[in-house]
Amino acid sequence: MADPVSKTSAVERVNLTVDGRAVSVPKGWNLIQAARKAGFHVPHYCYHEKLSVGGNCRMCLVEVGLPRMGPDRKPVLKADGTPEIGWLPRPQIGCATQAGEGMSVRLNSQLVKECRRSVLEFLLINHPLDCPICDQAGECKLQEYAFQYGGGESRFVEEKERKPKKVELGPRVTLDDERCILCTRCVRFCREIARDDVLGIFNRGSHSYISCYPGRKLENNYSLNTVDLCPVGALTSTDFRFKMRVWFLKETSSLCASCARGCNITVGSREGVVHRFKPRCNDAVNSHWMCDEGRLNYKWINDERRLKKPLIRASGSAKWDEALAAARDALVRNRGRVAILASGQCSCEELFLLKKLAETYGAVVKLAPAHEGPGDNLLVETDKTPNMNGVRLMGFEAGREVGAKLSDAMAKGEVAALVAVRECAVAAGVDAGALKKMDAILAIDVLPSPTVEMASVVLPGAAHVEKTGTFINFQRRLQRFHPAFAPPGEARTDLWILGQLPGGDSKPLDYEKVFNRMCGETPAFQALPWEPLTEKGVEVEW
Amino acid sequence: MAIITPRPQLTLAERLYLPAIVSGMWLTIRHFFVNLLGLKKKFTLEYPDEKCPPPPGCRGAPTLVRDEDGREKCVACQLCEFVCPPRAIRVTPEALPPGSRHAKIEKRPAAFEINMLRCIYCGFCQEVCPEEAIFLREKTILTGASRRELVHDKQRLLALGGSRPDSVKKWKDK
Amino acid sequence: MVNHAADIVVHWVQAGMATPWLVWLVITLMKCGAVVGVMMGMVAYTVLAERRFCAFIQDRLGPNRVGPFGLLQPVADGMKLFLKENVLPGHVNKVYYVLAPAITLFPALATIAVIPFGNRLGGEKMVIADLNVGILWVFSLAALGVYGIVLAGWASNSKYPFIGGVRSAAQLISYELAMGLSVIGVFMLAGSLNLGQVVEYQSHCWLVLKQPLGFLIFMVAMFAETNRTPFDLPEGEQELAAGYNTEYGSMKFALFFMGEYANMVVASAVMVTLFFGGWQVPFIPVEQWLGCSWLSGMVYIGCFLAKLAAFLFLFIWVRWTLPRFRYDQLMNLGWKVLLPLGLLNILLTALVLAGQR
Repeated sequence: MADPVSKTSAVERVNLTVDGRAVSVPKGWNLIQAARKAGFHVPHYCYHEKLSVGGNCRMCLVEVGLPRMGPDRKPVLKADGTPEIGWLPRPQIGCATQAGEGMSVRLNSQLVKECRRSVLEFLLINHPLDCPICDQAGECKLQEYAFQYGGGESRFVEEKERKPKKVELGPRVTLDDERCILCTRCVRFCREIARDDVLGIFNRGSHSYISCYPGRKLENNYSLNTVDLCPVGALTSTDFRFKMRVWFLKETSSLCASCARGCNITVGSREGVVHRFKPRCNDAVNSHWMCDEGRLNYKWINDERRLKKPLIRASGSAKWDEALAAARDALVRNRGRVAILASGQCSCEELFLLKKLAETYGAVVKLAPAHEGPGDNLLVETDKTPNMNGVRLMGFEAGREVGAKLSDAMAKGEVAALVAVRECAVAAGVDAGALKKMDAILAIDVLPSPTVEMASVVLPGAAHVEKTGTFINFQRRLQRFHPAFAPPGEARTDLWILGQLPGGDSKPLDYEKVFNRMCGETPAFQALPWEPLTEKGVEVEW
Repeated sequence: MAIITPRPQLTLAERLYLPAIVSGMWLTIRHFFVNLLGLKKKFTLEYPDEKCPPPPGCRGAPTLVRDEDGREKCVACQLCEFVCPPRAIRVTPEALPPGSRHAKIEKRPAAFEINMLRCIYCGFCQEVCPEEAIFLREKTILTGASRRELVHDKQRLLALGGSRPDSVKKWKDK
Repeated sequence: MVNHAADIVVHWVQAGMATPWLVWLVITLMKCGAVVGVMMGMVAYTVLAERRFCAFIQDRLGPNRVGPFGLLQPVADGMKLFLKENVLPGHVNKVYYVLAPAITLFPALATIAVIPFGNRLGGEKMVIADLNVGILWVFSLAALGVYGIVLAGWASNSKYPFIGGVRSAAQLISYELAMGLSVIGVFMLAGSLNLGQVVEYQSHCWLVLKQPLGFLIFMVAMFAETNRTPFDLPEGEQELAAGYNTEYGSMKFALFFMGEYANMVVASAVMVTLFFGGWQVPFIPVEQWLGCSWLSGMVYIGCFLAKLAAFLFLFIWVRWTLPRFRYDQLMNLGWKVLLPLGLLNILLTALVLAGQR
């Protein structure tokens, strides 16, 4: 976890001992945080570092002791000079106990172990134990802790409490009340982070259950974060429900490409099929969250209409070497009359190669259309492309009026060949009739569009989860994404395609080489630290 | 270090070979006549006509079973798919339709395929199954005219498996 | 049937329709046909007998599926081998590779020509070629049989066949000596190299009783010459894959296989002829009972075949009882035991003969 408090210099620190290990933490940290700093994990359900303390699951009970004070208000010392500890008779919950000076914490004493076992036994009293059909199985804290700290068997012989199952809390979230352990993380999230206070606990005692307030629904744009927060399988994503067991999913660090924030995500995929996006914690960008819109925007990746073969419209050929040769011919033929329509979906490296391509063939205009939509004041940005800052940095002209500009250039006869990468010229506002009169249109894209239909050469590219590269988000933060699997069919990564287009002795390009060349030739990327770039991203300035 | 085993000192009778040969020939001719005249129970099973009954615990082809009410016991938890060492199993889960008689179980396999060309009959799937839905039954001889034929689909697996009473009744009062 | 056919020939001759040499040719061809036919039949059924008998020895059943008691199994085997693809490996010396199986089978078939398999049938001697140096013919052809195996091992251009071939050359040459020495006693007693006369000589007492040591040496040498266990080193499945015939398949392999069993039949026939009275029926004066008729001729032939079958059974019985000799044991036995014993046997026989005179 980041240590935001300690950055400010004048913070009081306290010293304490966790299981015999001395740590110094800023004042105000609780015992779970202090234990983590000392290298220990305290099991917990309701506590979450970005939410207020609930203190209701009782899983994080630890033994706490303070130095015994003598009559002179000084700590009583033992024979070896260490202070004598007076242990509190009752265990304390780690999440709601602040670290104090001289404090001692026991995480593994007999009492603590006994407490954890008993808490788990209580939690499992009404649990339906339907792990075989539960989507959380495999990443369920109840499963994990029951294995690690639980007693292994139940003494409960009475009837289990029956509660509603398969409750649709909203369009995207399904609740199973029997599995709920009433940690109220979801309630606190909606109240504190999403600012849409719709969830609450109803009834009392073992009849308690989570539900929406009457007449309301959990339908805000952040509702699926409650599914991530839920430590058990109570809240499940209606979209992901019963699709794939989580232990089959290959997890790849990537970025959300749905808006300019570039939320850090983990792609869960199996054998070339994306099953879900999950937010990956990055306090500088998205904290632990992401919006539902971005999270569910993955289905196009495995769309049946994906372009999987190159195409030369005139001959109908679908061979890569012929298509690339045809593309190179078209560019050479129209040298000096080339227009490039790039996209905010392109990675910095692709844009860099496009820039080089523009220089090689003397491009008249280098444009990138803007895509805008509604934003909010939490995560969603109005700019709906992940790399518009990269577009600008690489010297492309971005904005709403690029379509008009391209039309102008075409009307004046300055442009005879168009290279459209991940963008549709028609959608950008260029007249289809005018496009048809062009000598050549090269389309590098993933899905069919009017421009692709019209293109003289179609080169199938890759979605961002199928390739590696970097985006610069709206904060001018350079972040890297990694490939989860290879592009479908004969599609290739855009980087490979762009590396082939200049002609000559174009060998397949190595990503790292392109990245290093880009860094060398771009002032803003001088001396980029490599390590943080792969993890959390680096802010760049220009 | 070389180990030297001394050759045994043979007696004259042993060196002559003949006594040993005669005793050996006596042994074999005894067997010959005993079997020729059928004086002893034969052990050989004449295979296609006589078959060895599978011993209890025999691990034959993995199959899916129904309970006594005819409910498919599998709930598509995919643990067998996960544990299968040769990755012979492929399960596609789906939600049970709301009107179904067993709708409270919520989940079932839309498709369940076991590739018998890959299966190694280890029985891990049976062992791991939390629903006692997959059993290795006695059928050990599987033949097919094509590879596709030996990929058992759900219908075939259920047909092979038959029914087994549900000993736990886990979903009874869900 | 033979009876009837012979009658026709006799009638034919009497009618003066043929010159004597033509009669001789026809009769000899008939004898050849009958002998080769009977011999190939015996080869086929010895294979079956071997498989079923070894099964009984090992408490199994053996092939019992094709026909009653599996009696049609040789037909099925033969069809299988005929229909198999005739593969000619790329690395072999083609001419010798193809020649070798034929060279193995041919001497076995040729040797039988001098074996008297019966007394007389319709006045005709029951031997194809009544050579006066019959035993030399037998030995020289037996020596030729080595070439087939050595050639196969060499032409295969492959290590196991090569080792098998080399072993067989060494083994056969070593045991031919003992074999030759062991029968000298027989001919010293019989006073002739003609096998027919050797048989006649035994009409009162089988030579095995007068030459027990000679018989023992001869039998051991015959096992070695036919490459049968315990002397099957050229094949030695456990060490050499299949030895000299590793690279052979289909009909070419079948020829080797038939050669081995034909050799067994010939070896049995020679042993019967030299030591067990040939076609003579012991203790029963057949001709006094039946007269000098076709019937008694057939009885003699039957008696010969019965003795032959007993020896074939012995071959099978030994094979499924005794383990293979080690190579040094094989050489020791051949050179240091059988050879001196053979010489001793000659000496003893000579002394006895000298004493009698």
